[in-house]
Amino acid sequence: MRRTVSLAVTLLLTSAGVAGCTGARDALTIYSGRDEALVGPLLERFADETGIPIDVRYGDSADLALLIDEEGEDTPADVFLSQTPGAVGFLDEQGRLADLPREMLERVEARFEAPDGRWIGLTARQRVLVYNSELVDRSELPNSVFDLTQERYAGRVALAPTNGSFQDFISAMIQTEGEDVALEWLRAMAEGGAPTYADNSSIVDAVARGEVEMGLVNHYYNYRYLAEDPSAPSRNYVFPDGDLGSLLLASTVSMIATTDKQDEARRFIEFLLSDESQAYFAEETFEYPLAEGAEPSPELPPLDTLEVPEVDISRLGHTLELTTKLISESGLL
Amino acid sequence: MGLSGARAERLGWRWSLPWLVLVSVLVAGVFAAPFAYLVVRALGQGRALASVWTSRAALEPLARSLVLAVAVVVAATALGVAAAWLVARTDLPGRRAFAALLPLPLVIPSFIGAFVVLAAFSRGGVLDRLFGWGGLRLEGFWPSFVVLTLFCYPYVYLPVAARLKALPASLEESARLLGRRPLVAFFTVVLPQARASVAAGSLLVFLYVVSEFGVVQLFRYDTLTRVIYATRLFERDRSLALTLLLAAIALGVVAAERVSARRATAAGGRAGRGGLVVPLGRWRAPALSFLVAVVMLALGVPVGVLVFWVVRGWENVADPGALLPAMLNTAAASVGAAVAAVAAVLPVAYLTVRHRSRVGGIANAFVVAGFALPGLALALALVVVTLGAPAPVGRLYQTFPLLVFAYVVHFGAQALRGAQAALGAVPPRVEDAARVLGANRVQRLLRVELPLMAPGLLAAGGLVLLSSMKELPATLLLAPAGFQTLAMEVWQATESALFAQASLAALVLIALSGVLTWVLVVRRGIEPA
Repeated sequence: MRRTVSLAVTLLLTSAGVAGCTGARDALTIYSGRDEALVGPLLERFADETGIPIDVRYGDSADLALLIDEEGEDTPADVFLSQTPGAVGFLDEQGRLADLPREMLERVEARFEAPDGRWIGLTARQRVLVYNSELVDRSELPNSVFDLTQERYAGRVALAPTNGSFQDFISAMIQTEGEDVALEWLRAMAEGGAPTYADNSSIVDAVARGEVEMGLVNHYYNYRYLAEDPSAPSRNYVFPDGDLGSLLLASTVSMIATTDKQDEARRFIEFLLSDESQAYFAEETFEYPLAEGAEPSPELPPLDTLEVPEVDISRLGHTLELTTKLISESGLL
Repeated sequence: MGLSGARAERLGWRWSLPWLVLVSVLVAGVFAAPFAYLVVRALGQGRALASVWTSRAALEPLARSLVLAVAVVVAATALGVAAAWLVARTDLPGRRAFAALLPLPLVIPSFIGAFVVLAAFSRGGVLDRLFGWGGLRLEGFWPSFVVLTLFCYPYVYLPVAARLKALPASLEESARLLGRRPLVAFFTVVLPQARASVAAGSLLVFLYVVSEFGVVQLFRYDTLTRVIYATRLFERDRSLALTLLLAAIALGVVAAERVSARRATAAGGRAGRGGLVVPLGRWRAPALSFLVAVVMLALGVPVGVLVFWVVRGWENVADPGALLPAMLNTAAASVGAAVAAVAAVLPVAYLTVRHRSRVGGIANAFVVAGFALPGLALALALVVVTLGAPAPVGRLYQTFPLLVFAYVVHFGAQALRGAQAALGAVPPRVEDAARVLGANRVQRLLRVELPLMAPGLLAAGGLVLLSSMKELPATLLLAPAGFQTLAMEVWQATESALFAQASLAALVLIALSGVLTWVLVVRRGIEPA
């Protein structure tokens, strides 16, 4: 027993020593809702090139937004990278974000920015229909996301009702078509027996396995899935003619209002908007880079040739309460 | 020396009780902090709180949470007790291997566990591809129930195995000599003596399941935690109100359990060199198949699928060597948490088991019920408490000690219930005897009581160890910047759909927990018969 305790205490002390070495006080602190595998190498490159030390905290975008809010004035965070417009919109509403310089905002199209200039879109992901090419013939695919409520698609299209991007899509539908149309669409999907999943990855996985034939997801999940399992029969389909189903959603960067490292934070945001970083996003993630002049991966059509619906993405977070209410009313949850 | 037993007992009380009460009040205060945070945050809503609590949107998920929790408690308790008895008390072949393997399912993070079960058994899954059996549609109550039972039974298995190991053989021997069959003797003589350990484990299972999120989320079983999670950002008030409801229910259940535990007489007894070994005879094969099936389902299937993914995507594994620091960090934080948790709750265990004071009851309620709080709520509460505290405490924010502290607060329940069961198993007569022989308080604790409690305390620490290793929500928010644990590695790779990378980290996590459990817990405390 005593040996156990002494062994444990030794282990504890040595490790506390190890742990004490990390975490510099004067580092730029980044809270990242984007995953490490993706942005980690880019952040390291920033630290190397500029000599600015960084501390990064990875987590779910919504959880990190809550953390920054609870930390209040004492938050160590200087910069927040959000996976969704929703989480950053929440922080903006709580008054936790700083204004960004005009010249920075000019580098990205206004439709991918907060109207108050407190966050900037870095990359865009498109909503698509992922389908199993062994179970579904291309000619069977619908022209519009609104066709999915037809009898012939009943029970064949998977949804992720608790996922942020799906909710953003419904918020967009409320914005463009109105609350009644959105509720009707959700009800019809629920009544048709649309299978529901936890998130985008689960849907792509279920489609690839053949458990379900089609599913509504963000476009890049299938690229990642195919990288892991090249033989998988899952394929992306983009709804044509600017259909609402092909909505573009942005991942964002913002500066925290209480930061005392404004210069470093600005340099960081400029770095993310640089050609080099934007090219990295395009190549590594198959997302659309949003800074002026950046080109997406050759496998994707250029951003300005995309026919996408007219939606104010900065306002998607404002209707989220209504959106979640409609989703649960519809019986999908 | 001339003191009678009764007077000596009183003398002991007078010396120790104020200190015990003081320390317990401090411990209780720390553990009550998250509850205070929730109350402060939620009570601001006034009447709206009551309407949230009584709405159908809250009551239906709550009912599902409770049904699931009760069902899993029953199944996991049966499974855990049976496995513990087989390993600790019978001549089952391979007992040593089972003793090492049976606690391990506890370390599989639930979101990985459920994902792996989906990948193995669903349509187009691994088994379907290998054998073309068609696969199952895994959704709702039943898969949640089965998976949670398989990953939760160690909460019962560990304390019960420790208790059975420490039980004297004498009573059981007498029962057997009087002609009772082994199974009858087990239910009438052995099980009642392990009652406190069984209750301890069952309560932990209940609290775990009501606060569980990963499994119910993947199987789309709409419990209260799913609502709390879905509303956490944009319907903050509702989310906090429902978390408070969950906390209140947990406190109620813990209090009720304590009342019923008081009525039961603590079965003391001399801790002997191992209990009676029951020959299984013709039941050997069925018993062996049963344990093999449990280990296969709870450990073999997950490990198998993880290995499959690692092999399939090996070229996508970035750098296996990068897992080494995460391994060290995980071991340090979880071992630290296990030791600190047992030390922190020991005074409360003494107060509740030996003195039965009201302070002990309240401390017990907060320490144990804290386990039912979702990790995110607990982490945010600690953020507010730490940053709001005077300067030296604020400095600890997002440092290693605070992370260990968070684990202690989150998993103190596991240490406390185990410590109580261990202490309850030390007969007061033994302490009396030591006292009469002139041993002072410290000597009695170190040389008499701790050795007798050792298996139980190790099991308690073992539970904290395994739980801390896989903890994710609080770790993500509270760990020092750049401090990676294996659970974080698993989660981050899953987020990026890097199956091979995630699987490798998960396998390392399982292997590390196996080694630590064996070295620190099983080998010293619960060695098989």
